[in-house]
Amino acid sequence: MSAVLTIMGYGFREAVRRKVFTVVVLLTAAFLFLFWLATRYVFSRLSSIQPGDINVDPRTFAGAFLLGLSMFATLFLGVVLAVFLTLGVVSGDAERGLLQPLVVRPIGRATLLLSRFLGAAVVCIVYVLAVYGIALAIIDVSGSWVPPSPLAPGLELAGGVVIAIALSILGSVFLSSTANGIAIFMLFGAGLTAGLLGSIGHALSSPTIEHASRDVAWALPFEALYQDGLGIISSNASGTTGFLLQLGPFGGAFVHGWGIRVWSVGYLCVALALAVFLFGRRDL
Amino acid sequence: MPYPRHVPPALAVHALEKRYGPVHALKGVDLSVEEGELVGLLGPNGAGKSTLVKIAVGLVHATRGSAEVVGARAGSRAARAELGYLAELFRFPGWYTADEVLGLHQQLAGSPGGAAERARLLDVVALDDARDRRVDGMSKGMQQRLGIAQALVGSPRMLVLDEPTSALDPAGRRVVRVLLEEMRDRGTSVLLNSHLLSEIELVCDRVAILRGGEVVAAGSPAELSRPRGIELETDEGTRMVEGATREDAPRLVAEAVAAGRQVYGVRVLTSTLEDTYLEAVGDEVS
Repeated sequence: MSAVLTIMGYGFREAVRRKVFTVVVLLTAAFLFLFWLATRYVFSRLSSIQPGDINVDPRTFAGAFLLGLSMFATLFLGVVLAVFLTLGVVSGDAERGLLQPLVVRPIGRATLLLSRFLGAAVVCIVYVLAVYGIALAIIDVSGSWVPPSPLAPGLELAGGVVIAIALSILGSVFLSSTANGIAIFMLFGAGLTAGLLGSIGHALSSPTIEHASRDVAWALPFEALYQDGLGIISSNASGTTGFLLQLGPFGGAFVHGWGIRVWSVGYLCVALALAVFLFGRRDL
Repeated sequence: MPYPRHVPPALAVHALEKRYGPVHALKGVDLSVEEGELVGLLGPNGAGKSTLVKIAVGLVHATRGSAEVVGARAGSRAARAELGYLAELFRFPGWYTADEVLGLHQQLAGSPGGAAERARLLDVVALDDARDRRVDGMSKGMQQRLGIAQALVGSPRMLVLDEPTSALDPAGRRVVRVLLEEMRDRGTSVLLNSHLLSEIELVCDRVAILRGGEVVAAGSPAELSRPRGIELETDEGTRMVEGATREDAPRLVAEAVAAGRQVYGVRVLTSTLEDTYLEAVGDEVS
């Protein structure tokens, strides 16, 4: 246990020294400030949100849409943090000669890798929940709107980022730092595209497109968890409001339910097990 | 009557092979390092020295054959617990102080030595006045000495040093040489991979010369330094008797005197480790 905490602290200190936190905190502060401005502006002009003769609940629509927007930004920033904390855990550190003195110690490769995962996961979960919580508070204070289950979407976002960490650590076993970073962001982009495709399919009532989107979302569960979170925040909206909210700001809302949560846990375990297995076989 | 205790070698390598794709880096190497023995590895670049060292410490997996550290499979937890290792290319986080680097490795090695061990190790490698200096403020030589101190954390039974003096000045090399001799006196086994023949010759009990993934010569520095002959200086000039040994010298002098020659000097010539090395590796440039 002591070795696990030591390695977690080692990774944390490395991130502090490399100014990863500084960059992320500055970006987050800028985002939250702009989000606060936008939220205040939207809720101060709530009465003007009534597109034509369509019957929409403006407060629910504005609150859920803004929270969905903040969830996308939180997921994106969380993935940025996750990637920069872990993209060079194996290959990058091995190329720089930082890994070898640690690997030959009795703690072993599996403990080393899982400790780095745990360190990054703790940091990212705290970060995602904090940003999500602040965004929720901004909407509540500015527009007196809270989603039906406020905690669950935040937890699902955090889960999505944890999956991104696992994929980044898995990639770091056989990809260089740069290639790994590019690969993870491309996977993130692929998930986002799949979500947008699902929205288009929903709007066009095309089951084929929606099915393809859902398959990709399950293959990249961080996207499915994000969609599920979006689905939760708009779950009590019905009629036209519900239909519009299902289109989502960046990819559609979709309630995948407990299935995606169980699948995500299994996916995470497999990704980590594969990373440990491949790292154990890798020559350094 | 108690049975004699079997002490496994600190390092035992048997029929070790390693392939990197089409490259056959090691072709059945046998090598052992006994308890308290200091063994040097020599060979040109690409001979397989670093691969051998990396297999011994568990960084690289062997394709065939076996490697054991104090009786435990190389790379296993038990083997790693007995090891201290300085890599050829290593780096410590630049934002750690010397004391923190050693503290980190104490925690990972499970060493209970605490501050006293850290202070002793820094003193051993002449870094006692750099305890609170950050790694990125240290010269390459200081970092290498810190690397050696790190390898000694937890008093390992087997020390594997890969080019430990490549960045050191002559004074630094002397510090390491004295340290290695002290380690041997304390019963620590050392596998030393170095390009510096003089260093190997001065401190090692045995030397193994690798070429093309095979051990082409092995033995003590004295064994590897073979007799080359005797040089006899007489009133007729200097004569070389090739193949003659020290034991032949009195006979050769007596024969020369009996032949009426004035003998001014006799020199027994032996090949140096460098000669043996060059003979063993042929024309390969290191």
